[in-house]
Amino acid sequence: MSRYPLSARLLHWAMAALLLSQLSLGVAMVDRWQPWTTPAIQLHRAFGVLALVLVLLRLANRLRFRAPPLPRSIPVLQRALARASHWALYALMLALPLTGWAMHGAAGLPVRVGGFVLPALTGADLARYGLLRELHAWLAYSLLALVLVHAGAALHHAWVRRDGVFDHMAFGRRRPVEAAPPASADVATGDGTVAR
Amino acid sequence: MLIVLLLAAVAIGIAILRGAFGTGAEHRASSIIDTMQGGGEALHAGFRRAHARGLCVSGRFIGSGDAAALSSAPLFEGESPVLGRLSVGGGNPAAPEATAGVRSMALAITQADGQQWRMAMNTPPMLAVGTPEAFHEQLRAMASDPATGKPDPARIAAFFEAHPESAAFRAWQAGYRASDSWANTRYHSANAFVLVDADGQRQPVRWAMVPEAPFAPLGDGPHTDDALSQEFQQRLADGPVRWTLRLQLAEPGDPVDDGSRPWPDTRRTVDAGTVKLTYARAQQGGDCNGLNFDPLVLPEGIEPSADPVLHARRAAYAESLRRRARETLLEGAP
Repeated sequence: MSRYPLSARLLHWAMAALLLSQLSLGVAMVDRWQPWTTPAIQLHRAFGVLALVLVLLRLANRLRFRAPPLPRSIPVLQRALARASHWALYALMLALPLTGWAMHGAAGLPVRVGGFVLPALTGADLARYGLLRELHAWLAYSLLALVLVHAGAALHHAWVRRDGVFDHMAFGRRRPVEAAPPASADVATGDGTVAR
Repeated sequence: MLIVLLLAAVAIGIAILRGAFGTGAEHRASSIIDTMQGGGEALHAGFRRAHARGLCVSGRFIGSGDAAALSSAPLFEGESPVLGRLSVGGGNPAAPEATAGVRSMALAITQADGQQWRMAMNTPPMLAVGTPEAFHEQLRAMASDPATGKPDPARIAAFFEAHPESAAFRAWQAGYRASDSWANTRYHSANAFVLVDADGQRQPVRWAMVPEAPFAPLGDGPHTDDALSQEFQQRLADGPVRWTLRLQLAEPGDPVDDGSRPWPDTRRTVDAGTVKLTYARAQQGGDCNGLNFDPLVLPEGIEPSADPVLHARRAAYAESLRRRARETLLEGAP
């Protein structure tokens, strides 16, 4: 059984944490007038720049290796869906910081990182800001939904199918892959045969 | 099944996040903007919800250097380009300019390093109340009565009665005489900010734009609806229009987080520089139209005070921008 390279696994889990905090922060801070929202926005912006750097690093890294193959027990259609959803995740992870950055340009606002100001991706324009602002929100909800489906599928592999797919991205000791899918009764009782 | 459960858990999570860190819908910027647009659909799609009528202006800010010791922001020395907007209060972009109760100056000063200082100033030197909640109440009290289409003076009086902190504002309002031009009007930050110098020393300040043009009272009229815009354009044809940026320095013990409590006139002032406007054009299609004059867009060396109204202004301006940007996108409005 193969795994993703260590670099890919580290980037995956670092970005998982970053993404979930960004999505929650975004959902929580928009439209709120409390004083904590001002530093929250600054944090969201700084984390967004960090996320862009990480996703570029990750994409470059991802092109260096082949993903561990999925078990043959998974139907072809599901495998194709899994592949497509992974590239959709990459596309959204890239699109979110980019729309955030472009949004600032469309509003004529500088994006400051440390003492530096990033160049604007687009000129100031009200309609363009409207497009980017709505796009940023819709892409965020799409990413949230996709991350959940991804996490749900991963847990399904880990807890229900126990086919080793979850371990592709895991750290630590590898768990033995069961030869046959477990009987549904085993799953229902959750008797802890895996978590020895 | 697991996926459905996860999605449900997240829907609940989002609901909690949307409602948490404060309270419910009452504490949202959109509730303030809803009140501003009368609770229903926007009457003037694509326009600002407040100060809808205005004129785009541009020019330079010339730092005097006298405030450079108080703040590390480079704009206090040398010259920086300014994009701005002169406007009148209210949500109606067709309202007559000259007789409006409030006039405003908003500026975006861009430093050579790309950082910006955006500010939104009004004629009253102080706010009527000091919290976002009370401000929202004030907006509701001043909203038009659906029956008459006009604000109800009894409700406004009741609001002021219930808010004795508005005494300073009412005294100012009673003594206010409108001038005949945006150019000879004085504008105020109202909320306090903090200047931070290169060593990290912090100095709370408020500021005023003090006009160079002498005061001349607004005549009895009749005035055309665009009287101020016309007058300003004509004035610019004769040369630049200038204001002095005058900083008022707080002393220890002065209230820095309450815009309804001005500091004594005896506080030390520093003339930080000159705003020189040289160009004006209509806001429709003007380069200031897409700008949100969020007072919390600040360069390093200038920071917000703890005044909660400042943060509420940021949120309300952002919501107003989002709505009119969406309207502009969808309807091809100005």
